[in-house]
Amino acid sequence: MAVPAGLFAVYKPAGVAWTRVRAALETRLLSELNAGPGRPLPQRVRFLPAPGRDGTTELVPTMVPVLAQHPLVRGPRFRRLKMGAGHRLDVKASGVFVLGIGEGNKLLTDLYNCHLSRAYTVGGLFGKATDDFSDTGKLVEKTTFDHITREKLERILAVIQGANHKALLMYSNIDMKTQEAYELAVKGLIRPMGKSPPIITAVRCLQFAPPEFQLEIHCLHETQQYLRKMVHEIGLELKSSAVCTQVRRTRDGVFTLDDALLRSQWNLQNICNAIWSCQFKVQAEIERTLGHEDGSDLPQLDVGTAGAADS
Amino acid sequence: MAVGVRQVSRWCCLLKTARAAEFNRRLRSRSITAQACLALRPSRNNTLLWRLQAYRHVFVGSCSPPDSAKDGSFSSPESNLPSPVEKEQAKAKPLPDLNAGIPYEDWDDVPPSSALEEISEEEAVQIIAEPLLPLQSSTLQDYVDHSETLAKLVHLGVDLSQVEKRQKAGQLLLTLDFEKDIKKILLFLKDVGVEDNQLGTFLTKNPYILAEDLEALETRVAYLKSKKFGKAEIAQMVSRAPYLLLFSVERLDNRLGFFKNELGFSVKKTKNLVIRLPRLLTGKLEPVKENLQVCQLELGFQRNEIQEIVFKTPKILTASRNKLKQTFDYLHNIMGIPHHMLTRFPQVFNSRLLRIKERHMFLTFLGRAQYDPAQPSYISLDQLVSLPDEVFCTEIAKASIQDFEKFLKTL
Repeated sequence: MAVPAGLFAVYKPAGVAWTRVRAALETRLLSELNAGPGRPLPQRVRFLPAPGRDGTTELVPTMVPVLAQHPLVRGPRFRRLKMGAGHRLDVKASGVFVLGIGEGNKLLTDLYNCHLSRAYTVGGLFGKATDDFSDTGKLVEKTTFDHITREKLERILAVIQGANHKALLMYSNIDMKTQEAYELAVKGLIRPMGKSPPIITAVRCLQFAPPEFQLEIHCLHETQQYLRKMVHEIGLELKSSAVCTQVRRTRDGVFTLDDALLRSQWNLQNICNAIWSCQFKVQAEIERTLGHEDGSDLPQLDVGTAGAADS
Repeated sequence: MAVGVRQVSRWCCLLKTARAAEFNRRLRSRSITAQACLALRPSRNNTLLWRLQAYRHVFVGSCSPPDSAKDGSFSSPESNLPSPVEKEQAKAKPLPDLNAGIPYEDWDDVPPSSALEEISEEEAVQIIAEPLLPLQSSTLQDYVDHSETLAKLVHLGVDLSQVEKRQKAGQLLLTLDFEKDIKKILLFLKDVGVEDNQLGTFLTKNPYILAEDLEALETRVAYLKSKKFGKAEIAQMVSRAPYLLLFSVERLDNRLGFFKNELGFSVKKTKNLVIRLPRLLTGKLEPVKENLQVCQLELGFQRNEIQEIVFKTPKILTASRNKLKQTFDYLHNIMGIPHHMLTRFPQVFNSRLLRIKERHMFLTFLGRAQYDPAQPSYISLDQLVSLPDEVFCTEIAKASIQDFEKFLKTL
């Protein structure tokens, strides 16, 4: 069985570090790869003594297997896999987590250079504030939240989106008064292509049932802690306080929830299938973004970044 | 050392019969290898001894050395070791000097056969000119093709790549002889009742038993028999806990006593416990004590409850403390399961916390999370954790597996 190479996505459960997820996948893959049929032992010629004519011993050339290459002597054939991770998820966050095996690690770099947006579902709870903005942290204060309505929340969200849109234009390094900027804007491709602070491209309220609420956030260059802080600040803006109960990534670039493999599906066959089904998507995306930077003409493809997947 | 030298001289004999044109070039290359090999002095005597043994394997039956140096040099290998001063000289000698035909002058203890001596065709055929074995190596891979013992162990199914990682185990296997040392232990293990196909894995886990004294092993088995363990039970214990027979009778007795006193079990119950999880006897006792403390003080079980839990699932004694605490915390504080229910189904402590979490959340989502036996639509903890995903979905949650997977992706 050949070692797979490429990119695939898994669903990382909350409460587990991403390194543990990667290690678990690596051990599962290695055990399956090593359990497969090994190569036959190489043979070599040795001159072994055998009783010859008239009672003397003579040497007879015989083929004997080289025991030094036996799997019990040499050890397992595959000892480690090169597995790289895409954009990380911290321990408390869950969701789509991209991993690369072997040659796929090069694609991870390309994918990083594409600066694609990611989508999150963030759960919040009004009335509390903690030191690390999550619901498990140390309680700092308690507030009332009766005055908060859906309209007030959405007004704040609109303000956030507006401010971030300005930042997006600023960091994308494109002169807004050019034909190029117009063409990019029509295709929805304006985004920073270098380092930038976290930028939120779209945010909307999915569910509002005080004290709980749920937001969908599309963003670039974010960390999960930044999103928790954002929930905290929304709480403050609404003259209350809020903690983040859940951060769940529903889309990472081109990888959606449907592509993500659950823990029970982590085996060689499923991973090979996942790599196969995702490779065209990844190729097309890299071609489109990085090909554009090289100055070649853009392929006519529409970009559905905002609201691509919210299952 | 002496063997190596003699081998070099044999190569030189071979060279004699080779074509004259190639003579010079070959001699140079051979003597360079010879020099390189000799520079590798064994640091430990047993390595050297083994090497000599291995060569004896090669020699016996395959060639009769032309000289009688064999007995002399083999009986006192150390005496032939050059003094450290000589070693320094040999190392310091620059390689280009070899052109001058020096190689022989250093080695006065070379047997009489000289390079220029004529040898007959039969003698030439009988000479085996194999490269020298490495005197030191980090793996058994280098030796397995030259050692009958190792080859037989491989055919038995011993994973040498695992064994060589153990401290001193590789050294041990090299010093043993299959017919003389290993066979009797294998026969003994078969008598005890270890299955034939288990022998390989047994020796992989515990290669040190091969160095053990046969009588001591027999005494230990006799001790177990005197404690009224049946033959099948002893066989099961030994094959599940390969290190059991390395423990002296006093230690075994102590440990059996420890479990009896610490848990307050009767003799029969202790025996039952040890038969089901024999690695309790060979493992460390400190974690067992700690786990009992954790159960009593932190999880708040009564003594009789602990006895019942341990008797049902002995594994809890060797589980990790953190895992126990986390699982209990989730079961008791979040799922709200009282102590007496946990005592009835202690197997939940053996399952993964993530699995319990996922299933409990799914059931809560469906409104079926009902763990009280007094009320209708009761779900037992055993069913919650032990069933595979498909059966759990259809039987317990009354939902399809696709729904379960979709639900998991919303966590």
